[in-house]
Amino acid sequence: MTAVAVPRAGALARLRELRFRVQLGTVISSLIVLVLLVAVVAPAWLTHRSPTAIDLEHTLLPPSLSHPFGTDDAGRDLYTRVVYGARESLGIGLGATGLAMGIAIILGFAGGLAGGLVDTVIARVLEVAFAFPVLLLALLLIAIRGPSVTTEIVAVGIGSAPGYARMVRGQVLAVRNADYITAATALGHGRWAVIGRHLFPNAMRPLVAVITLGIGQSIVWASGLAFLGLGVAPPSPEWGALLDSGRMYITTSWWLEIMPGVVIVLVALSVTTLGRTLQHRLEGAAR
Amino acid sequence: MTAPAEATQENANVSATGTPLLHVENLRVAFGDTEVVKGISFTTRVGRCLAVVGESGSGKSVTARTLVGLTGPGSRVRSDRIELAGLDLTRQSERSWQAIRGREIGFILQDALVSLDQLRLVGDEIAEPLKLHKWGTRASRRERAIELLSSVGVPEPEVKIRQRPYELSGGLRQRALIASAIALDPKLLVADEPTTALDVTIQAQVLDLLAESKARGRSIILISHDLSVVARLADEVIVMRGGEVVEQGPAHQVLHQPRHEYTRALLDAIPSEHTRGTRLVPAAEHESPVRRTRKPADRDAPVLEARHLTKVFRGPDKVDRTVVDDVSFSLRAGETLGIVGESGSGKTTTARIALALLAPTSGEVLLRGQAWSALSPSQRRPQRKRIGVIYQDPLSSFDPRWAVGRIITDALRTGSRPPSSKSSARARAIRLLEQVGLSEQHLDAAPLRLSGGQRQRVAIARALAPEPEVIVCDEPVSALDVSIQAQVLDLLTDLQDELGVSYLFISHDLGVIHHMSDRILVMKEGRVVESGPADEVFDRPQDPYTQRLLTALPRLAPA
Repeated sequence: MTAVAVPRAGALARLRELRFRVQLGTVISSLIVLVLLVAVVAPAWLTHRSPTAIDLEHTLLPPSLSHPFGTDDAGRDLYTRVVYGARESLGIGLGATGLAMGIAIILGFAGGLAGGLVDTVIARVLEVAFAFPVLLLALLLIAIRGPSVTTEIVAVGIGSAPGYARMVRGQVLAVRNADYITAATALGHGRWAVIGRHLFPNAMRPLVAVITLGIGQSIVWASGLAFLGLGVAPPSPEWGALLDSGRMYITTSWWLEIMPGVVIVLVALSVTTLGRTLQHRLEGAAR
Repeated sequence: MTAPAEATQENANVSATGTPLLHVENLRVAFGDTEVVKGISFTTRVGRCLAVVGESGSGKSVTARTLVGLTGPGSRVRSDRIELAGLDLTRQSERSWQAIRGREIGFILQDALVSLDQLRLVGDEIAEPLKLHKWGTRASRRERAIELLSSVGVPEPEVKIRQRPYELSGGLRQRALIASAIALDPKLLVADEPTTALDVTIQAQVLDLLAESKARGRSIILISHDLSVVARLADEVIVMRGGEVVEQGPAHQVLHQPRHEYTRALLDAIPSEHTRGTRLVPAAEHESPVRRTRKPADRDAPVLEARHLTKVFRGPDKVDRTVVDDVSFSLRAGETLGIVGESGSGKTTTARIALALLAPTSGEVLLRGQAWSALSPSQRRPQRKRIGVIYQDPLSSFDPRWAVGRIITDALRTGSRPPSSKSSARARAIRLLEQVGLSEQHLDAAPLRLSGGQRQRVAIARALAPEPEVIVCDEPVSALDVSIQAQVLDLLTDLQDELGVSYLFISHDLGVIHHMSDRILVMKEGRVVESGPADEVFDRPQDPYTQRLLTALPRLAPA
């Protein structure tokens, strides 16, 4: 018996290893997102302190057992503030992504379904908007309306809408000509029934993952805006606002910047990882 | 041994005595723990063709790829001997394989569209093996590419070498691929389904080309699922199933006096003019295949009628192309009307117009004498249940999110008797599944997990659900293995007997069309060139194109 040398025999094993790593990452990400959700729904479960309780005897304490993230210049427990800030930060992330998707679905479906001149106009407008920096748009809006949670949601939402709209339009164009759409029409289903039951869910399916990715991205953007002093005002425990207020003590009290910063990175990473996992699952389930 | 014809007698003698070229002994290929080729042995001889036949999953393609050292990642190849004219192929590094491929062994794949690089010029693709093997200069390689193209019968080769693969028709592409495989004149050609994607007339040309190669003393290993193609070229045949050799021997013996039951079943499953009115797969409870008596259909008024259909498409270059040109037909109750034609003949466009998915430029379609194509979409929608459709690729016609049960109950709801409750919908879906040879357990299955034959059965059940009068079948068996194809064709015939449904049956396969149809339309370039009762068209074709089609058709006809 002679054996022919088999090229890349170990490829399968490496693939398996990779899959294990992805799964481990998914588990950790799920845990982080779970904690995040608890912080949003019932922050009191994670801390017994109040996010606004001022304690002038214990200002600017470094992280310790009683204050795991340290305290700020007013003696407020930073950990508690981060926990309570989750609701606003995640709210901005969800709100902005929701708004962006709403705009994207309207524009994407209008263009993809109508075709012709309508589609051409929408496609061109999207291309121009896509080339427009999100941050610049946000600055413009905030300059007009003044900083607030709503403005931040609108700014980040409108800013990220063109990207989603292009994806939605592409999906609609691809699914519109699928055989099962024709088959449903041939069965005698009406136009709107076909759109609602087949076109919409199948066109949106690959976007579910993109939406999850977008939430993480929006949180980062919102924090960035707040850090620049363009978001929610500092007494609020919103994460970006925490970063902003800690900026002055960055040389002496590092934890005021590092702790919320690490939380933002971890949350954005976890949501993104979950989004990727979801994407793989969905793509695996489809063909 | 008495051979049926002199020619085959001669072939048999030479194939036994020809100079051996490639020896394969006890070849085994495994992927992971699954062995897909389980010890096959054969010898090819100079100037002979060895055919490996089998259905999908038989291991025939893996065998072919192993012979050119391209078994793929994760595979384990073992053998006692693979030797090409004294060269041991079991001990070749990837580097030395590169020297062997192209020079010693040429490899021809099924689909030239994916096998040729779309972004490169045809001439460069053909000269590639020459370049790799450091043959000649740039100018002489170009000369050779032109020479090769003209030798495979490509007109205007000087023009073609400057075009890109997608600019060529399927037949020309396949010939360009063959040209690149024979560029260095290898002793052995391995051809994996070389004609499967081609129309019959083009297929005939490609087979002639391979036969010519064989006559020049080249050895060919032909991998095919199509026994009639094999009959045209092979001197020796290996029948594979599940990685094992079922039968092996001289072509005329295997194809005309098969010893093994499986080979016989495969041969019987091929639809042709001889199988008309019989079952392709003998049913256990029925006795021998009985010729069914077809009811005379002419008495009834037509169910579906097309009058002078014309469809003109305007291309991106603003040039009008007439895809369907003055096509008329009528389909009666319980009858099958076959539309046959090669790619680009307009048969699928005709089907889409009949389904009212596409409006004709002129002419009209009538359903039971009433306007059909002329209706407005809202008038037509409640009538759509009367015409069902089955596609070539059932999987793509199912919403990927839906399970079988939902697909069928959804179709039931569009019928004239929508189910009143969830449980009655379920009961009727199960009845439909049983009618098409599936069962309750398939209700929750995702179509993706079903086999090709099962998927097509689900598609048939869905088409039947609204209780249509006509079902348009667009190449319903083209993607199926011959034995599965036989089962599906039998099922369609049984359902027609039982329900009296009419079929507008579209296929490029003349055998399938002849087997299924009462009457036939032959289409070419959008026009109906011939029409009439099936036997008449096949036995006494009047139109030169039909005659050409029929001569080009590879047959298993007893010599």
